[in-house]
This record gives sequence, structure tokens and C-alpha cells, in this order.
Amino acid sequence: MVSTNTELSYNSKIEGEVIVTRADAVVNWIRSNSMWPMPMGLACCAIELMASAASRFDIARFGAEVMRFSPRQSDVMIVAGTVTYKMATSLRRIYDQMASPKWVIAMGACASTGGMYRSYAVLQGVDRIVPVDIYISGCPPRPEALLDAVIKLQGKIRREPSARKLFTA
Amino acid sequence: MTAAELKSQFPGVTERPSLDHPAVNVAAADIPALLQHLRDAAGFNLLADVTAVDWSEKVSPRFTVVYHLYSTSQHAYLRVAADCPDNAKPSVPTVSHLWAGANWHEREAYDMFGITFDGHPDLRRILMWDGYPYFPLRKEFPLAGIETELPDPEVVAETGVKARPAPMAGGPFVASSGEMNLGVAEPRAKDESWNERRPKPEGSE
Repeated sequence: MVSTNTELSYNSKIEGEVIVTRADAVVNWIRSNSMWPMPMGLACCAIELMASAASRFDIARFGAEVMRFSPRQSDVMIVAGTVTYKMATSLRRIYDQMASPKWVIAMGACASTGGMYRSYAVLQGVDRIVPVDIYISGCPPRPEALLDAVIKLQGKIRREPSARKLFTA
Repeated sequence: MTAAELKSQFPGVTERPSLDHPAVNVAAADIPALLQHLRDAAGFNLLADVTAVDWSEKVSPRFTVVYHLYSTSQHAYLRVAADCPDNAKPSVPTVSHLWAGANWHEREAYDMFGITFDGHPDLRRILMWDGYPYFPLRKEFPLAGIETELPDPEVVAETGVKARPAPMAGGPFVASSGEMNLGVAEPRAKDESWNERRPKPEGSE
């Protein structure tokens, strides 16, 4: 059967201004394309984080360009750098102040495992104090690695049963 | 500026062996007077560093406080060292009234070594948190650390996290000096394995 309709895009006249989809897909589509980062820049990884926000790497292509220095306005905390024990409790407080839904990216060796700092002063991996969604290897990781993590996190968000959580929570 | 020149005014000053710049030893009580003299009369107007040495718990005097002075007119350095008289409660007089910059240097020396600086206006910890029970750069303190409660009771109640000894698998990270290949020179845990290129050390199991 051959259709005469060659239009591939949405035409409101034909569809009657109605779109049928799944709530999960809509919610996740919105969430995954507007992740506002909380830039938890603690060491040299923060320089690479800044580079990925600048024009050459342009994290805006993934809807994550709005670095918010208020935890109340941000969705994904990017822990970029060495987390000392003195900073760890503040980091957890900032995480607690972020509104749900929220995600955490552990950027680089220090944030993931303590890195080369096997020391009395350094938390051996930020996952000891906040739940981490994505780990990035590297010391520091290149901006491409951070962008890859953002894409991976988008993929993870798109698989979440968001609508069920909305109506049951 | 040598020990001999200073001796006329400060009889307690002695020459200190040094590989680079002139250095003198002085009694802890004479530090403020000597440093004020060096600043005002000898032109050593810049206090580059205040730090301390722990010679280990078997040695007495155990702690030495070291001042690095610089003269911006003569372009010369001078090192002044003073042993702390008491090994259990080491203390020296403060020089924060002579150089404002000494304030934080002395706080750091207090934080890391537990040396109190008498007369310091605000002697709190500067790197570790208030209430931390140890002095990390003392010789008896392990590099990995000692289990300690974190200072935020709410966060501790929620996460149960503590400052724990770091895993020292393979020893601390060290950089190999004199290595030109940057891939090899990077700081890493010492590789104690042996293979075709690295023969088995004598006497090992």
C-alpha cells in the first residue's frame, strides 16, 4: 500500500494538534535534554569542566550548559576534583539541597576513587558520601570524556520509569 | 649576615650547617627579638616561610621551628631555626606581630605539628577541621590516616561516613626522580613485582 503522504514531520492540520506518546518518554526527553549542572569544581578537573562548557567543546549541545551555582536550581552534580574529608560534609549538604530528580557524575580519578591521594585527608571516592551515576576515568579526563559521560547519563535517564515514580512517589 | 655578626647582640646565636643559604640557630625565647632585629636593622624585610621539623619521637629536642627570611634589597636569604624546649607541649613565641603573613604560616605549623605559638591572635587549625584530634605531619602519624569522626553530625547520621585509613596497596604514590620518560615519571605506587626486565630482588621470598 502506497501512501500519498510524503510529509515526515508533524503537521498539526493532519494530526489535529494531538500527539500520542508515553509519559515516560516525554518526561525523560525533557529531563535528559535540560540537565543543569552543579559545578562542584574542587581541583584541576574543574579546568576541564570549564573547557567543556566553552565554545570548542560546547556542552550546550547536550542541554547542560547552564552551570548553576545554587544547588536548588541544578539537576546533575559534577564532582570535578579531589574531595577532602573537610569538603566531603559540605558536598553532601549541597547534594541534599538539590531538588529531585538529581544525578551525580564523579569526574576523574580523585572523585571516583581518591586517585593518587592515598592520604589521611582525602575521601577515597565520592561514592562513599553521595550516590554516583556515572564515573569518568582520567587524571584529568579530557572534555570529550565528560561529554561522553553526559551522553551516557542521558541514556540512563531515558531508561528510567519516571512516570511511575511521579504517580507513586 | 652571619652568626658571628649577630653574636654581639644575641649571644645565644650559633652557626647552623646549611647546604645553600646562611643559617643560624637561636633559642626559642629569642625569636621575636632576633627576627625584629633582622627585619628592622639588617634589611630582611620579607618572611618567606615559617615551618617546622619533627625529628621523630626518639630525638630530643624533637621539634624545630624554621623561619626563612629574604632581603629584597640585598637579594639574600637567611634561615633561622629554633628548637622547641618541650617535647610533649612544643611552643615558641609568635612573630605574627612582626609580619602579618606569619599568622597563617603559624596556624599551619600548629595544625600539622601541634606546635603552639604563644601570643598568636587566632591559633586555630587551618587545613584540617576544628576538633580533629591528631597532628598529621608528626612522625608517629601514619600517612594513611587514623579512623576519625567527621565534624558534621547530621551528615554522619545520614551517611555513616567516617575519615578512614586510605588503602595503601603497593605503598604511597611516588614520582621517580631523574626519569625523562614522562610515562614512567608520573607519580604511581611502587611496582614491587619482578619479571624478565626487572630481576627478582636478592633475599626475597
